[in-house]
Amino acid sequence: MYPLISPLGDRAVRLTFGNRLTEKANDSVQAAYFRLNHSELPYISEMVPGYVTLTVYYDPLKVPAYNKMLHQLKNAAKAGQPLENDFSQKRHLILPVYYGGNKGPDLEEVARWNSLETEEVIKRHTRATYRVYMMGFAPGFPYLGELDETLATPRRKTPRKKVPSGSVGIAGPQTGVYSVDSPGGWQIIGHTPVRLFDAGKEEPVLIKAGDLISFKSVNEQEYEDIFHECEKGIYRPSIESKEE
Amino acid sequence: MSPLIKIEEPGLHTTIQDTGRYGMQQYGVVPSGPMDPFAFRIANLLAGNAPDEAAIEITMVGPSVRFLENCVIAITGANLSPTVDGRKVPVWGSLYVKKGQELQFGKPKHGVRAYLAIAGGIQTQKVLHSRATYTKAELGGLKGQPLETGDELPGRTLPDTELSKRKGKLLSESLRPYYQSHHMVRIIPDEQESYFTKEALQTFYTHSFKVTPQSDRMGYRLQGQQIAHKQEAEILSEAVAFGSIQVPADGAPIILMADRQTTGGYPKIGTIITHDLWKVAQLMPGHTLSFQRSSVEEGHLWHEYETNLLKKLSVSIQQK
Repeated sequence: MYPLISPLGDRAVRLTFGNRLTEKANDSVQAAYFRLNHSELPYISEMVPGYVTLTVYYDPLKVPAYNKMLHQLKNAAKAGQPLENDFSQKRHLILPVYYGGNKGPDLEEVARWNSLETEEVIKRHTRATYRVYMMGFAPGFPYLGELDETLATPRRKTPRKKVPSGSVGIAGPQTGVYSVDSPGGWQIIGHTPVRLFDAGKEEPVLIKAGDLISFKSVNEQEYEDIFHECEKGIYRPSIESKEE
Repeated sequence: MSPLIKIEEPGLHTTIQDTGRYGMQQYGVVPSGPMDPFAFRIANLLAGNAPDEAAIEITMVGPSVRFLENCVIAITGANLSPTVDGRKVPVWGSLYVKKGQELQFGKPKHGVRAYLAIAGGIQTQKVLHSRATYTKAELGGLKGQPLETGDELPGRTLPDTELSKRKGKLLSESLRPYYQSHHMVRIIPDEQESYFTKEALQTFYTHSFKVTPQSDRMGYRLQGQQIAHKQEAEILSEAVAFGSIQVPADGAPIILMADRQTTGGYPKIGTIITHDLWKVAQLMPGHTLSFQRSSVEEGHLWHEYETNLLKKLSVSIQQK
């Protein structure tokens, strides 16, 4: 029965690939995105992957007939058609993080809440591989897969007025990285000098839906070195291709 | 390129906008662009510009603007009582202004958002292919912020022979929108209306909702009868559109506008047809809205109508 297709106003339609968050449903979203990207359907203006949906924005003036478009999109997005090899290769990005201190003012709170040593929090936060389900909320912000449940910590009672971009945080069962400066209530456990969003760059966004992310603990000196390399624009985060 | 205008007083929330930063919503970058796309397009048309040139969006309290060169300007949208050197000038028309003259705005009469286009377009630096200002991520405009006192905006200096061809254009009265204190807008229902009770859907389509003061370029929060969910008041986050109406757990609908976040996690009751967005953009806090069920087909028909109208206007303006 999937994908289901339904209108989002008069300039977008939503393809739905499941009603629960599963890796399989999100895989279907990624695959449909990939297929439609190569479909050369002339009316597609842009697409936004969600957890279990793919929203396709179109130009109504280029649409042949609405029902025909729905049919074409559904067919083009359908699973089962062979994919080119590079889709099964996922990018695995490793983000260096300085944990604790003034870069991670809530690390101790997260440790206390979960009755762990701070070292143990860092160990558990860095040993997981997080899947990027989708992007949204702010430019360059990734929605990451689940956090080790022993690290889950409620948001701060009083949100901070300004959390600097690069801050790595925990909110309930989620972990994430602030991609731009913004107000927020996440528990901040560390900071990555790597920029997730840089409007001045040809490719302004580092992470894309479908990527895998891990965090790597670095010391103050390494952090400073990477920070300066990022400032100069010469730092390249470690990226591996991973066979799924 | 040289500075064409200088901001003497910034007004309430004055920003540079073009048609928007499209193509990057999948990376969380919202398009921004004008709140009232129709008035914006007409402003560029009247100034003899391409439809995607950058213009100034003015909100309620207008700026004071000094001209540093001879220019042709066009003002459209809300009637905020514009004057040049103290003399009343028309809304929905283009006019010639001399170097040194000052444009000011006064009492808001109808509507909220006015557009000021300048012949040749505002030529600030593009950020991610657009000049549209998005203050939350500090993109576009000047330093990603609303205009401030002392800001100078670059543009193309055009010879007086060209300017005289562009001045004195007026949009015919019959084509000017009426900005009222109540508007009915048409909605394309979302499949997520299944998250709401039958009674809630009936309430939504039969009652008026008030625009609250918590309304800005990001979204309009509405006040009225509660729109109750059956159970769940959250969905798995997914993309939204300009004009989507989402309802969080408190039952008060939010209309997502030009600076919305790209994705949302609340169920959507529907999305306003593109042609009706201007009606929402021009409402003040305290004004009211009601909703009528519509369809994708109707949305497309009106979109086509508007596109054809703009094409015809463009041709007739160039011929005159």
